[in-house]
Amino acid sequence: MEASSKDNKQRFMLSGNEAVAMGCREAGVHLGSGYPGTPSTEILETIAKMVPEMYVQWSPNEKVGLEVAAGAAFSGARTICTQKHVGLNVAADPFMTLSYIGVKGGMIVISADDPELHSSQNEQDNRHYARFGKVPMVEPSDSQESKDMIASALDISEEFDTPVLFRMTTRISHGKSIVEPGEIQSHEITGFKKDAPKFVMVPAHARKRHVVVEERMVKLQEFSETTPLNFIEWSDKKIGVISSGAAYSPAREVLPDASFLKLGFTYPLPLKKIREFADQVDRLLVVEELDPFIEDQLKAVGIACEGKNATTLLGEMTPGRLATGLVKIGVLDSAPAVSDPTDVLPRPPVLCSGCPHRSIYVELKKRRGFVFGDIGCYTLGALPPLSSLDCCLDMGASISTAIGSSKVSDGAKPIYAIIGDSTFLHSGITGVLDAVYNKANINVLIVDNRITAMTGGQQHPATGMTLMGEPAKAVNIVDLVRALGVEDIQHLKNNDQENVRRGFERAEAYEGVSVLIAQSPCMLMPRKLKGTPYFIDPAICIGCRRCLQIGCPSLSLTGEFTAKERQQVVIDPATCTGCSVCAQVCPQEAIHSTEVSE
Amino acid sequence: MSTQNGKITNVLLVGVGGQGVLLASDILADVAMEAGFDAKKSEVHGMAQRGGVVSSHLRFGKKVWSPIIPEGQADVMMAFEQAEALRAMHLLRDGGVPIVNQYSIIPPIAGGGKFQYPESPLAGVLQRFPNLITIDAFKECRLLGNEKMVSVLFLGALSSQLEFSEDLWNSVIMKRVPKGTEEGNWKAFKRGRELASA
Ligand SMILES: Cc1ncc(C[n+]2csc(CCOP(=O)(O)OP(=O)(O)O)c2C)c(N)n1
Repeated sequence: MEASSKDNKQRFMLSGNEAVAMGCREAGVHLGSGYPGTPSTEILETIAKMVPEMYVQWSPNEKVGLEVAAGAAFSGARTICTQKHVGLNVAADPFMTLSYIGVKGGMIVISADDPELHSSQNEQDNRHYARFGKVPMVEPSDSQESKDMIASALDISEEFDTPVLFRMTTRISHGKSIVEPGEIQSHEITGFKKDAPKFVMVPAHARKRHVVVEERMVKLQEFSETTPLNFIEWSDKKIGVISSGAAYSPAREVLPDASFLKLGFTYPLPLKKIREFADQVDRLLVVEELDPFIEDQLKAVGIACEGKNATTLLGEMTPGRLATGLVKIGVLDSAPAVSDPTDVLPRPPVLCSGCPHRSIYVELKKRRGFVFGDIGCYTLGALPPLSSLDCCLDMGASISTAIGSSKVSDGAKPIYAIIGDSTFLHSGITGVLDAVYNKANINVLIVDNRITAMTGGQQHPATGMTLMGEPAKAVNIVDLVRALGVEDIQHLKNNDQENVRRGFERAEAYEGVSVLIAQSPCMLMPRKLKGTPYFIDPAICIGCRRCLQIGCPSLSLTGEFTAKERQQVVIDPATCTGCSVCAQVCPQEAIHSTEVSE
Repeated sequence: MSTQNGKITNVLLVGVGGQGVLLASDILADVAMEAGFDAKKSEVHGMAQRGGVVSSHLRFGKKVWSPIIPEGQADVMMAFEQAEALRAMHLLRDGGVPIVNQYSIIPPIAGGGKFQYPESPLAGVLQRFPNLITIDAFKECRLLGNEKMVSVLFLGALSSQLEFSEDLWNSVIMKRVPKGTEEGNWKAFKRGRELASA
């Protein structure tokens, strides 16, 4: 965070996630917990670096993360928990009943959604969780609001004794804009006080708490009408726009002359205020990303409006898309002309040079099995040229979907599950438990690269380090698997193709649950690793391109030709880490380590 | 590029993961903020580490709403890689300025036979933008003795298109680059500025 001090006012250029971290410091938040997930990850990481007075932790999954924050809030601390949109599905069970219990210290549940699926498996609209869980929701539109709304949300949480859903999206979390800091408040932790009717959700208590929830919703509705988080900006009254979150700024840009009702507090909606606004404009537009969350609620109470007749249910709201949609419904006469993009070859993400996952996929590709995958860097094994991951549903699903498939298959083909270390600890353990208990005949590959790599290198319970940089006990995955009752456990040596092949063969021959653990560190995180590079002897290379089939970014065509007019391949010594997998697949033994060559 | 009269200046930065695109746009964002403008930056970098496309939108002016540059309204495009210049050039406005690194990163997918790396990407850009500025940033940085200064050399080139003072660039760059590399980076900046102004 680099400060600027124009007009004696400090200004920072911050991402929404960094601004949330600053907001937590200013609002005196005591505890933050969560599980990594793009685009939410940097919130807790920034706090760990920049807000030493706060305690933050990575939990093994989002459900645990939310419960940790809830327990601290029950004990009178101010707390946040963070996750990506799909993470809230994992935490949905505690989320739904948390609304009944309420809080004591303020508590914010941050959901960072990913419209456009920049790095996610779906683009669900988590605003629905506010309505579903009967929890108030705030949505910032830029970094300043991301910071300021943390304090507002905590005040709401404490005033109404409820968790608050704080919904961000990729553009808000990762976009940067200018933030002016505010005052730092401090809050006392009041401690846990026994109060069974509030904290113990048995039916007799929960029935009464449901009444509290419904009464609270009525009060929150009143609050929504008056909070400065929802405000009107009058201008020309031919068009009135209601918007919030990431959709607001493109709407302001495309409709500079319209009147706006900007919503920062988006559930429950300020229906009276909206009606008054609607009455004064000729045409009412709702500009929102993804689902017609606001539009449907307005139509349900008879407020005439438009929105999704102009914009789509898919992806992000951009100025260009909005303008095109508004032309369609006659709000704009014309949209700026855009030229067609040039067709350029794609650049799909690939496993890095030397990635330990590669050698597993090179062997999987040769076998005739079905591979049930999971989420992490190793999901990239689904893409060409490796193309050897056949299914991916959600985090932790590899083992459980493999079990299901194995139960209805004739056993002619081996069934594999492949799962990373962080994902295994997140929600793979119960899958193995199920496989053992229900006698599934599957082969589980745990590709343990000692870090949560896909999301940028976070620590987890098997790395021996906490988010705050303290040494911690590292769970031993092999012992854990053994304790779950698995009898056939093997260690695979990454980058030793013969060893990997033999391991797979043994597992396929074994009736029951085989677990194969490939333990080898990520080449980038926590430290960048580099070995002695390999080279291709152009006198031997016949241009068969077999080595290119392992999908290594260090290998490329030279443009030079062999005697038989086939293009030769070259290894970039600057990026080659010397994993030797290409050398092992070369049928001509044309690839050698620079170390042994003279 | 005039920044008067409430006009918004739109700078698009594109490249491949690991090339320093985000560092460059961070520095530019700070410069715009220090100059007293409102500024917004938006980028997609979820898959950047793994050889994917990286793009960063930087907008500044009196008041900036959307962090995303509307299609066809970028004033300047800084492309750290040639094929990425071709991919993103439709976002440039007519008369906009492309500044392109004479450097290719050929993705592994080009080895499969199905996809070809463009034969002469610069020619493709030049056809639509005769005002194309090309810079061999790696060669220039090597001559200056440090290949890690590509981002800053490139910012030097960009600075020739924007109305910020050299002092302002200097103060921001000094804060952003690693200790001990300040002098080298400043030389790289000046070299980039000189090349683009030639
Ligand atoms: C429910 C849920 N939470 C978080 C994520 C984000 N996410 C995707 S992959 C991943 C972790 C992958 O780590 P690991 O299993 O160790 O594999 P690696 O990337 O290191 O190969 C995370 C946290 C998600 N997709 N879904």
